[in-house]
Amino acid sequence: MAAIEPAPVMLPGQDLASIDDAVAGPVLRPRGRLLWWWAGFTVAAAFTAVFVLAVEYLFIAGIGIWGVDIPVAWGFAIANYVWWIGIASGGTVISALFYLTRSEWRSAVNRIAESMTLFAAAAAAIMPILHLGRPGFFYWLFPLPNTMGLWPQFKSPLLWDFFAILTYVVASVLFWYLGLLPDLAMVRDRAESRRARLCYGILALGWTGSHRQWRLHKSAYGLFAALMAPLVISVHSIVGLDFSGGLLPGWHSTQFSPFFVFGAVLSGFAMVLLLVVPLRRLYRLEAFITERHLDLLIVFLLLCSLLLFYSYLTDALLPFYGDDRFERATALHRFTGAWAWSFWSAVALNVVLPQILWWRRLRRLPWLVCLVAFGVIVGMWLERIMLVVSSLYEDFLPSAWGHFAGTLWDWLTLFGSAGMAAAGFFLFLRYLPAVAAFELKELLPPAERRG
Amino acid sequence: MSGFALEFAAEDAAVAAAARLRAAGVRRIEAYTPYPVAALDPLLPQPRNPLPGLVFAAGMFGLAGGFVLQWYGAAVSYPLNIGGRPPASWPAFVPIAFEIAVLCAVSAAFAGFLALARLPKPYRSIAALPGFERASRDRFFLVVDAAEPRAAAADIERIARESAACRVVRWPP
Repeated sequence: MAAIEPAPVMLPGQDLASIDDAVAGPVLRPRGRLLWWWAGFTVAAAFTAVFVLAVEYLFIAGIGIWGVDIPVAWGFAIANYVWWIGIASGGTVISALFYLTRSEWRSAVNRIAESMTLFAAAAAAIMPILHLGRPGFFYWLFPLPNTMGLWPQFKSPLLWDFFAILTYVVASVLFWYLGLLPDLAMVRDRAESRRARLCYGILALGWTGSHRQWRLHKSAYGLFAALMAPLVISVHSIVGLDFSGGLLPGWHSTQFSPFFVFGAVLSGFAMVLLLVVPLRRLYRLEAFITERHLDLLIVFLLLCSLLLFYSYLTDALLPFYGDDRFERATALHRFTGAWAWSFWSAVALNVVLPQILWWRRLRRLPWLVCLVAFGVIVGMWLERIMLVVSSLYEDFLPSAWGHFAGTLWDWLTLFGSAGMAAAGFFLFLRYLPAVAAFELKELLPPAERRG
Repeated sequence: MSGFALEFAAEDAAVAAAARLRAAGVRRIEAYTPYPVAALDPLLPQPRNPLPGLVFAAGMFGLAGGFVLQWYGAAVSYPLNIGGRPPASWPAFVPIAFEIAVLCAVSAAFAGFLALARLPKPYRSIAALPGFERASRDRFFLVVDAAEPRAAAADIERIARESAACRVVRWPP
């Protein structure tokens, strides 16, 4: 791992009241901070409108408006789904896994990461439903009693995926709200207007911060973290199994589960960096989100990048180690075929470009960190679409080969879903405490824990 | 019934006062703090925490229920012969059984937490204590029930004074 200079988790000079003001201030008295918010929210809302439009037209005209065809029956919607759920996973890894390891640096960024997870998971969950073609029948995935005596196919990874996403979305919402509860009470107590007191009071459910409540909260939070950490690994492993369960060359691989998890965590850390780097400036959180946090997030980004590189190598090597000629043809096709640009761009953006962050001086450049993080997010999408398309359009018999190109509606759905997730995140920033204030208070040195 | 509310400006002062109150025989103390104060754990009443057991039971229920559901659907109610594989092929049931187990466990953790913490509860009388809103900011409150036979009101007031409480009020008034 990189040499991490021992920068503090929190800059000195903070006390209980200053943490409160830093967290509750932007929610209750956002003076002077609204311009960037309105600018960002307006753009995000416009793209949300585009998403609504694209989905509405999809419901009217059907999935023929997309580029999917036979043999490429999985297109953007599946790639978008895998990409979004991967981004979501990173947030859960930060909030659950690093809670279990008692990592102090997690406390300042976990709320941002969890909220990002929530909106990314929502964007992900919509995609397979849109992809169904008969979206109104999605509830047939539930094992509901029906007059036809039919059951869903429990041995299919696609059904496993449905259960995984369902559990993941429910668990993420509950985990997020559980962590938010004490801070909602804090904002309720700081609120000056009656309306704000009422709204946050309802959301806080009557939290008082009694010792009894804190003990139960800690216990419940620990249980959640212990359940969420394996859950998030299972979710993306099952997404990998969606592919390995198919017999296509390039998909039918035993390494897909860890391969997908590495990529997922990489894109999640990239998204958290992309949000945290500007937010610490805009919200003046430099005292709480220090260079230590950025360093650690970047180191984990680099670690995931190397793990992904290992998976890419394995994926490229195995077809030539074995003697399946279709596997070899697909591998060669990924390197040199019509979609080779997506493979090599993914390698460049996910594996090569991030390595420049090993240099400490470059890590200190916020714009460069954002650029690399954005590159990883784009690169991960390219990897997903490459995996989906390149195995489908040239599989076994040349007479069954085809081609794939995204249409305008494909792209509008992709960008629209990003707008929707961003709009949700902007609303979170405006109305909810973006940093876990009570966790920061626990990080104060004992002598500073006074009012 | 009557008691006292003690307000402190520092964590260590509140912890020291709780220790002295306990030594003086006061048992029924509740603390209200802006963040969890671990040092208070041995000093305050520690009701048994049934949450881990509840969550474990819910998880096991989900795991067993998930297997039974899939076994019944795939092997009893609607068996499908796919390539001659056995209908009750339990390894293929593991992922969904795991997901249902986690779903049950997190739901139980959340619902159990709310029930045990007595939430949601829109109004608590302690919220009427003037200045109590700082319990979520930078003040530490100890609420002592002086119906406790072994503690005299004078003792509690003396301990509060000596442990640098910013304020002592009769509570409930």
